[in-house]
Amino acid sequence: MKRRDFFKSAAALGLATVVKPDSFAATASGMSVQADTDMVAVMGGEPGVMLTRAMKELGGIGKFVKKGNKVVIKPNIGWDRKPELAANTNPEIVSTLVKMCKSAGASEVLVFDHTCHDWKKSYTNSGIEKAVTDAGGKMVPGNDESYYREVELPNGVNLKKTKIHKAILDCDVWFNVPILKHHGGAKNSISMKNLMGIVWDRGFYHGHDLHQCIADTATYTKKPALNIVDAYRIMKSNGPQGKSEADVVTLKSLIVSADFVAADTAAMKMFSQVSPTDINDVRYIGLAEKLKVGTQNLDKLNVKKIKL
Amino acid sequence: MKFLKKIRVVLAILFFLPILLFFVDFTGKLPLHLHSLLKIQWIPALLSLDFGIIIFLLILSLFFGRIYCSTICPLGVFQDVVSWKARLFKKKYKFNHTKPQNILRYSLLALTVVVFVAGSSSLLILLDPYSTFGRFASQLFSPLVIGANNALAFVMNGTGNYTLYKAEQATFVPIAFIISISFFVLVGVMSWFRGRLYCNTVCPVGSTLGLLSRFSLFRISIKESTCTSCGLCEKSCKSECIDSKKMTVDDSRCVSCFNCLSTCKKASLKYEFRYKKPEKKETEQVSAQNSRRAFLATSGALIASVALAKANNISGKKDSILSRKPIMPPGAKNLDHFNTHCTGCQLCVSKCPMQVLKPATLQYGISGIMQPHLEFSTHVFCTYECNICSEVCPTKALEKLKMEDKKLTQIGIAKFRKNMCVVYTDEKDCGACSEHCPTQAVHMIPYKNGLTIPEVTDDLCIGCGGCESICPVRPHQAIYVEGVANQIFAQKPEEAKKFDKVIDDFGF
Repeated sequence: MKRRDFFKSAAALGLATVVKPDSFAATASGMSVQADTDMVAVMGGEPGVMLTRAMKELGGIGKFVKKGNKVVIKPNIGWDRKPELAANTNPEIVSTLVKMCKSAGASEVLVFDHTCHDWKKSYTNSGIEKAVTDAGGKMVPGNDESYYREVELPNGVNLKKTKIHKAILDCDVWFNVPILKHHGGAKNSISMKNLMGIVWDRGFYHGHDLHQCIADTATYTKKPALNIVDAYRIMKSNGPQGKSEADVVTLKSLIVSADFVAADTAAMKMFSQVSPTDINDVRYIGLAEKLKVGTQNLDKLNVKKIKL
Repeated sequence: MKFLKKIRVVLAILFFLPILLFFVDFTGKLPLHLHSLLKIQWIPALLSLDFGIIIFLLILSLFFGRIYCSTICPLGVFQDVVSWKARLFKKKYKFNHTKPQNILRYSLLALTVVVFVAGSSSLLILLDPYSTFGRFASQLFSPLVIGANNALAFVMNGTGNYTLYKAEQATFVPIAFIISISFFVLVGVMSWFRGRLYCNTVCPVGSTLGLLSRFSLFRISIKESTCTSCGLCEKSCKSECIDSKKMTVDDSRCVSCFNCLSTCKKASLKYEFRYKKPEKKETEQVSAQNSRRAFLATSGALIASVALAKANNISGKKDSILSRKPIMPPGAKNLDHFNTHCTGCQLCVSKCPMQVLKPATLQYGISGIMQPHLEFSTHVFCTYECNICSEVCPTKALEKLKMEDKKLTQIGIAKFRKNMCVVYTDEKDCGACSEHCPTQAVHMIPYKNGLTIPEVTDDLCIGCGGCESICPVRPHQAIYVEGVANQIFAQKPEEAKKFDKVIDDFGF
């Protein structure tokens, strides 16, 4: 109880933030121009090739990124682990996306994560820092509270406001690029769980029903243009850190959708082929659907499955 | 012979600057190899029993006098910088010959040795010059550097430039700060007014080398036939050891800075071979008298120090009333080894990328003040893929650990308090502890209603504190790490079962 009070007062003290209305407009238009394809799943290629193919099916990067746009990419860079251990998003996917955005005329492409391990080590050892810098993007730190601003989550149940990284708040369009992993706490980490890397105070989540808080975060109005779920290598056990390469299964797959719930549902079905998991145990997926974040009913969607 | 001073200054800069920068570099960009510079320090070399370096330093002193003090010792060079700066504020920059503080300096030396032999490092920690300087750097200079960086980063980040980033200030530990600033003021004031007075009255290394340098092959000598007793050399001597009237140099206090050589207009001062003409009776008399006094002082010190050591032993028992056992950095082996070898120089504290290492207050008892221990807080724990502390430790208080070994070194064991866990109290999923556990010693087991609850396998736990740092239950976490007195290897975590089947379906 005291803890809750503390958070309330801390939140009250924080700067109330108004999100720029024009940045909504850009995202909204990005979503509305989406072709009739709701989801693309690709299998059997190298990471960059699969992303290029998926983007083509979705109408090209130009649908999402306009000339001069400030773009943010949010991969999972939470852990001081090398790419082979599948704890972080595949660097090749990130670098391919950076290049795409650049070619569409993005004025800048920023990449960050609020890491769990030491951020510098995670950025470096995940291979993402080098991949991004080489591709012309910029790594932004997320290690300090001053990089975050408070936003309201009016549709949240337990989480009514939270501090989100300024890069996301100030950009024109952003991409959520998680990796598909087993997760000791949330059961599985996919696109919605990846949102815990855009917020500052994760401790609150764990103390106030993790699943509900994750679903609440997904109600944030400035949604990513796309969720790009990296399933090239997945972590089937001992997530989210993994112990060794024995936890890793190479699926050579990619799932892309603007719908959080649909992306996570599809990813869970794919994951269950390796490690059978009841999607109802990954409670945040159902809770998010209840909050009208998206749909679990993939049959209602136009899903394109491509094998390379 | 003026070139000797130039060589001394250049050498001093070459040692001092890298050491200073290494301590205050919070980015980890400077190469770790720089810590080798710290291995050539006297006390670290003695504690780590690095015979190669000990012999090297001995030969250095026996050949050339206290070259260590004037070039290698960062605290010595720091004093030179202070007294050099003081020159800008004083009308007259000059020193006068003074008598040596023999009783004081040899008592302190004897006390330090005896207390150490009796099993307490307390005085060694306080008086080792290198460690004293390390504390200046980590407790006083480093916060300033980080503060300046953060101010700059704030401005730059505002314009979208992220080459600099905001760095976290280390947690303020009052006792470490107080001790550091006290010595800073003491050393600062002494050197501002009296040059190398600290080295020649307080520093046990200075006193020891003073004893050695009485016999060094090379020494400063005054050619009486040409000396006019003009006093220029005496005024330039920051050790206040030249008596220009009597034309003598007190070798025990001379730090071989060679300032005097540069000032003498008659070239009467020479840095030359000691044993060519035995003529100076005067100094020998003085030293004979001095050693008698020193002996008396030493005996007195012996008695005092035994008493002190006993007092320390009593306070050492404090452990039992601490709320938890202290957690030593990986590589510390056992409490005894660690407590006697660590001089609290704060190098590991400065270099720890997670800032989980903090100078101890009373966690190790009185004699372990300022020795590092782990203190977990949100996002602050001992990161798995890191062995920097054990790599840089110059005294071998932390044995160098290979990465593979570090990942298995058990520095503590997690204790789970189920009745405080949110899964138990709120019946809601959490698992943050297991999420942060690199070995899965903390893992989730079925609880009820599809919920899972943590469980700890002690043999797998390495005590990194990932679990404690992230546990949302505050102020007292539902899972916390208890330190171990003996660091052993934990069991190698069992690998997951490999998945061999080929998946070629989307599954949906």
